[in-house]
Amino acid sequence: MSMKKVSSSVIRLAHGAGGQLQEELIDFITKNITYKKVGKGIGVEELDDGATIPLEDYEKEIVITADGHTVYPLFFPGGNLGILSICGTVNDLLMMGAKPLAITSIIIIEEGLKFDLLEKIINSFNYKAREANIAIIAGDTKIMPRGTLNEIIMATTGIGIKDKDIKILDNNLQPDDKIIVTGSIGDHGTALISSREGLNISSDLESDLALLSEIYNVLKSDIKNNHIHAMKDPTRGGIAAALNDWAMKSNVGVMVEEDKIPIKKQVNAVCEMLGLDPYTIACEGRALLSVDPNHVESILEKIKSTNIGSDAEIIGQVKAENSKKVLLKTIVGGTRFIDMPLGEPIPRIC
Amino acid sequence: MEFPGTQHLRNKDFTNKVIKIIKKLINEINKPIKFMHVCGTHEHTISKYGLRTLLPKEIEVVSGPGCPVCVCPAADIDKAIELGKRDDVIITTFGDMIRVPATNISLAELKAKGADVRIVYGPHDAVKIASDNPNKEVIFFSIGFETTVPLTGYEIKANPPSNFSVICAHKLIPAALELLISQSQLKIDGFISPGHVSTIIGLTPFKIFSDAYKVPNIVAGFEPNDVLLAILMLLKQIKENKYETLNEYSRVVKPEGNLIAQKIIEEVFEPVSSPWRGIGRILDGGLIIRDKFEEYNADKKFNIKIKKSQDIPPGCSCHLVMVGKLYPYECKLFRDKCTPINPIGPCMVSQEGTCSIYYKYYKE
Repeated sequence: MSMKKVSSSVIRLAHGAGGQLQEELIDFITKNITYKKVGKGIGVEELDDGATIPLEDYEKEIVITADGHTVYPLFFPGGNLGILSICGTVNDLLMMGAKPLAITSIIIIEEGLKFDLLEKIINSFNYKAREANIAIIAGDTKIMPRGTLNEIIMATTGIGIKDKDIKILDNNLQPDDKIIVTGSIGDHGTALISSREGLNISSDLESDLALLSEIYNVLKSDIKNNHIHAMKDPTRGGIAAALNDWAMKSNVGVMVEEDKIPIKKQVNAVCEMLGLDPYTIACEGRALLSVDPNHVESILEKIKSTNIGSDAEIIGQVKAENSKKVLLKTIVGGTRFIDMPLGEPIPRIC
Repeated sequence: MEFPGTQHLRNKDFTNKVIKIIKKLINEINKPIKFMHVCGTHEHTISKYGLRTLLPKEIEVVSGPGCPVCVCPAADIDKAIELGKRDDVIITTFGDMIRVPATNISLAELKAKGADVRIVYGPHDAVKIASDNPNKEVIFFSIGFETTVPLTGYEIKANPPSNFSVICAHKLIPAALELLISQSQLKIDGFISPGHVSTIIGLTPFKIFSDAYKVPNIVAGFEPNDVLLAILMLLKQIKENKYETLNEYSRVVKPEGNLIAQKIIEEVFEPVSSPWRGIGRILDGGLIIRDKFEEYNADKKFNIKIKKSQDIPPGCSCHLVMVGKLYPYECKLFRDKCTPINPIGPCMVSQEGTCSIYYKYYKE
């Protein structure tokens, strides 16, 4: 088996930004793995939010998700590394339709880090785990020499459980499905960029970082009855990456309407100023759902009844035509494509 | 970001009204029409809002040389790269610029090899880096049209630290437009002129199109309905056999421009015959730093000479795309060999570059 030729001889930052380059990197890493799944479970090949281990003789299966957490700065408006680690892991489990059970955590620390900073992160981690009702059952700690990493890196494994016949998967979108987003997009990435670049243009802009448990809880019956065909938290690469991923894996077209997509004014302002595309900016507490059109209104109502889903909207639908592509009906009525983002968004000149 | 009274500029009902009038006008004109804009941000607006899908097929809007990153000659980037190889140098420039391929490599590749190349939002950040790093030479690779020139001029005037200097690769828009319009084979029926540049230089430099070359010209803003209104205003002139320079962007552009900015440009820089990547040398097409400020002129300070450079790599059609002779998808390399990840020509790099915009928003 030959390795796919990658378009660069070195790993660039953009290889981790959720776009095409990241796909190349994952392909490079996973291509030669020979044993990729357990029985009929979801394995590494599906590149979904997590994997499943079907339990023989039971109607349930274990859902596993692995996640590395690197964020800079460690503390940002609306959250910190500890909260991010729990939310990211738990949300990945929920997006597979699984009930979160337990988490393991690896903390890699740079030599010289202050104990009180570590304490703040750990306290947040514990507090959020309690809120998510997930047990912290194992972990590991490593210290690296000063300068070999930036303060702290965390890595987690999430473990959940779900019925075998629940199929909430990236490759399960059906023509005529409606697409729901559970809240405004781009808050997390924009809040981070603003605090990182020291723009100070919008003091009230906070990350949307949150557990999606509330939404999972109100949708349990719809999940069980397969009214929801796919769920995804649009993290790196934003909704542009998530929707393209769906369209490609499900072999369908996705049409979204610009004036239906909730975006906060501040997020738009920062993006316009820096020349960034809000559709490519990460969220950490939002979900996209592709749902059966016959149940979309009741599902939307349930999501809107939650605290984190009050701004939810139906933003588009799935079509058989234009397969593997995402189209946008713009606010003035024109049509264009939303492309898979390529890499790290770079602010433009004027 | 909204100015008072500008809500209609992204309003669909208003768009529908404008499109209706555009359709009526083109019916009356009854022949195919080709307009050119010369600003990457206009192309961005047109593509981002899908405006071409709203226009009648008789109206073609082509993209001219409106991307400052794209027209910056490889030799200037090579110069920044040569200087960036030195241990005591920090190269600073705008984000888009660092990925543009020059003769051999880009500034981004130089950075990956260990050179200190930093993205800044403007020259003021570069000056700050110079103050913070007194033992380093901090060079600002200054590119852009009239819009970015005053910022650099202001910093040069404001007595920056002596370890700060500028590679001046600024280009001037009106001279380039005149060259384009004199190339008769383009057959442009009207120009959409850049609002940002006009904010600085005013309307007068653009009047040459309407006065001397008798082509209608509208200075336009950057909201979707700004561009559609400009098209409507151009069609109206064509229908009435008029050729004037009119201001669609009057909420921002004053007829005389920004006099303070013009004064700074005049004081710090002088126009010079200058090479444009893909287009060639243009009389008064660029700027150099006046001798009075030569201590901040990196060219004089370091005396780097680039012997041989290559603007357009073999197979690349950027030089044709830039003057509206070719659509990006007509280039053999487009999307296949040339992508924003691995750009071969300059137009595939910047978010203002026509090829990069087409790559993002259109699927042939």
